[in-house]
Amino acid sequence: MKTRCIAVFALASLAAVLGGCASATAVRVQPWERATLADYTMRPDRDPLGTQLDEHIYFSREAASGGRGVGGSGCGCN
Amino acid sequence: MIPPSIHSNRGAAWLRPALLGALLAFTPALRAQIKVGDSFPSLQSAELDGARPDTAGKVLLVDFWASWCTPCKASFPAYARIYGDFSPRGLALVAVSVDKVPADYAAFLRKMAPPFATARDVGQRLVTMVRVPSMPTSYLMGRDGRVRFIHEGFHNAGTEAEIRKEIEALLNEKSAP
Repeated sequence: MKTRCIAVFALASLAAVLGGCASATAVRVQPWERATLADYTMRPDRDPLGTQLDEHIYFSREAASGGRGVGGSGCGCN
Repeated sequence: MIPPSIHSNRGAAWLRPALLGALLAFTPALRAQIKVGDSFPSLQSAELDGARPDTAGKVLLVDFWASWCTPCKASFPAYARIYGDFSPRGLALVAVSVDKVPADYAAFLRKMAPPFATARDVGQRLVTMVRVPSMPTSYLMGRDGRVRFIHEGFHNAGTEAEIRKEIEALLNEKSAP
């Protein structure tokens, strides 16, 4: 009886874990659900002064600037 | 004392619900995207808030869009031109929005004023059924209702030219008996 309970528990745990891995809806934001990610506030360059300060720190540290050409927010469209 | 045959039956009894549970856990992964050759879900039975034109026997273009999707904004003028050129010859075009906020949907339409039919997928049920691979995605169906071409994203003049060529080919096909 005890062995059977352990076996059921082990099988249920395995199904839950594997199901979680396989479930695309659980682990991935679908293309049609990205409204919040596409919001302006999600843009890394939404604050010009902040971007300028970051660039200055980056230049001072690395002696290089630019090369951050990824624009837009996070909707992943196209 | 339980006979061995009953023991084995009891074993099968606990195994069945466990296997069923495992199958249910995997169900979301088994849902498939709509592919070329599949029949497209009926727009008439979908829970859409907006226009649902008569599409029977017509070449149908269904475009999934959203107000927050930048390429969707670029696609609307192109679809307006396509609709103007091909609707007299038997093209139906329905632009289905996946917007959750009705006000965003309405504001987008006020700005773009499309000449073709638009509707909002309330509860995102249709798009979940279709499982679009990216935003926007358009599906072009022949007169028989089967998906013939799928366009992921909108790449300006290139996509417009491709869609025009495909619609032309579909309109020139003989009607289904």
